[in-house]
Amino acid sequence: MLTELWNDAEGGFHPASAPDFLPATALKEVQLRRLRAVVARAYKNVALFRTRMEERRLTPDAIHSLADIQRLPFTVKTDLRDTYPFGLFASPMSDVVRLHASSGTTGKPIVVAYTREDIEVWAEVMARTFAACGLHRGDILQNAFGYGLFTGGLGAHYGGEALGATVIPISGGNTDRQIMLIRDFGVSALCCTPSYFTHMIERARELGVDLRDLPLRVGIFGAEPWTDGMRRHIETEAGIKAYDIYGLSEIIGPGVASECSAQEGLHLFEDHFYPEIIDPETGEALPDGQEGELVLTTLSKKAMPMIRYRTRDITSLITEPCTCGRTLRRMRRIGRRSDDMFIIRGVNVFPSQVEAALLAVEGTLPHYQIILTRDQGLDRMAVEVEVTPEVFSDRIGALENVRTRLAQAIEHILGIRVELRLVEPRSIARSEGKAKRVIDRRNEGG
Amino acid sequence: MKLQQLSLFLENRPGRLDAPLEAIAAEGINILTLSLADTAQFGILRLIVREWDKAKRVLEQAGWVVNLTEVVAVDVLDRPGGLATVLKILDGAGLNIEYMYAYSLRRGDKAILIFRFEDPDRAIQVLLDQGLHVVDGDELMSVAAA
Ligand SMILES: [Zn+2]
Repeated sequence: MLTELWNDAEGGFHPASAPDFLPATALKEVQLRRLRAVVARAYKNVALFRTRMEERRLTPDAIHSLADIQRLPFTVKTDLRDTYPFGLFASPMSDVVRLHASSGTTGKPIVVAYTREDIEVWAEVMARTFAACGLHRGDILQNAFGYGLFTGGLGAHYGGEALGATVIPISGGNTDRQIMLIRDFGVSALCCTPSYFTHMIERARELGVDLRDLPLRVGIFGAEPWTDGMRRHIETEAGIKAYDIYGLSEIIGPGVASECSAQEGLHLFEDHFYPEIIDPETGEALPDGQEGELVLTTLSKKAMPMIRYRTRDITSLITEPCTCGRTLRRMRRIGRRSDDMFIIRGVNVFPSQVEAALLAVEGTLPHYQIILTRDQGLDRMAVEVEVTPEVFSDRIGALENVRTRLAQAIEHILGIRVELRLVEPRSIARSEGKAKRVIDRRNEGG
Repeated sequence: MKLQQLSLFLENRPGRLDAPLEAIAAEGINILTLSLADTAQFGILRLIVREWDKAKRVLEQAGWVVNLTEVVAVDVLDRPGGLATVLKILDGAGLNIEYMYAYSLRRGDKAILIFRFEDPDRAIQVLLDQGLHVVDGDELMSVAAA
């Protein structure tokens, strides 16, 4: 039966996608076997993990069923910093073929390692990601994720090649050239951060290039949370299907989960990454369907296994079968990343809440930036919003009205006062990677 | 008889006018008149130029958000009561004026005022019926050339 799926003419299914369709019982068997192996491996080779197991009087033999995973200790982001650079490696350097590092905004970066086998698994899950997004052999894939220490570029690159697509390793930046190649090479699929792609749309419009007239068919976007409104904007303005993918360097990079043609949640490649949802306050596991923090265990990573890694991403799991036929569980799109949250006057604020307000008023998402300042001990929040053709008017009154409506929509959601400033188009810095939405100047002198 | 007016958004900071005006000048496009309306935070630059479509393209390619509006130019006697007469006619006809400003050049004893009406077509009809002179694009260009 699977053979038939693989040969689907639309190319939605690729031999690499076979595990996406495993019956639930077979999937659980694979998960349990791999979980026992990875716990044993980490226990044997990673001192921090062994110490924590010993504190709980646990050995790898304690894993009899998948539910036993809840007895294991968590791993958190600071563990990676505390053991910088190589303290969590479970392989000798002679077996490590690649290192990546994340650009932490403060202090030391986070270092991650891969054996040759890990790189193969990574290529496999990224090939499955692209296949789930409807790509196949013959597609020309422009990879505008950044190449280098960041995992996005190389992760997508190997996955695209494994799928059999033609990969253009353009990396991020040089937007005019990106647009030239999309047009001249007949690019059919493109991957990058959603904020960078909205910048490409904007620039293409200025250059008089209508992306809707080009063969570009699919966009694969990840590395930062984005809203459904932004998706609608991208799909309409570029004439493509826009898919959300999910991953993080600590686990592998991109390739942890991907949307499918249904665009209703992201299938987790749970034969390699075992998901749990916990209450972020108590650490208790939550039942399927409930919203909480996503915790992931790498079931097959060799160089750097992560046991119950707390992602700080808030989501929930969907267990109902998907119309695409994949049996892998799905997670809802990440709207909130607890790392992006900031606290102002005791109120927890996520940029996505501000985005929702801007979207409700304008219909599409304008470029914006949140600026936090401190004035005589009092925190202030300003939101700068670029004027778009949709809201611009030749009448002062109409613009003042837009400004008031935007401010009120934000204040209504957050319950705190904001100063709303309309700013000139293109005045907020564009990013070629993850968009910087919040500028916190509260601790800068003064 | 309507004129095409370009508007663009500016932040209210010193020197903000320079960039758009230079962009237009660099293309050799003649600005017939400009007016700036502003609040404490932002401003709107309104322009009437010779080749509005070219100017719009140039500005948009440079990243500005440009709005195109139809306005009406009217001859008004440049003496006390001249403007009041016109306003009275418009008011009597129940026509809404969104805003107005003076054209930079005069013609003899007349000044030219630019009006932004809610309903420019009806406004032109009313003005013509009352014997006022509505200045069209070509005429405006010739004033500039004279
Ligand atoms: Zn699906």
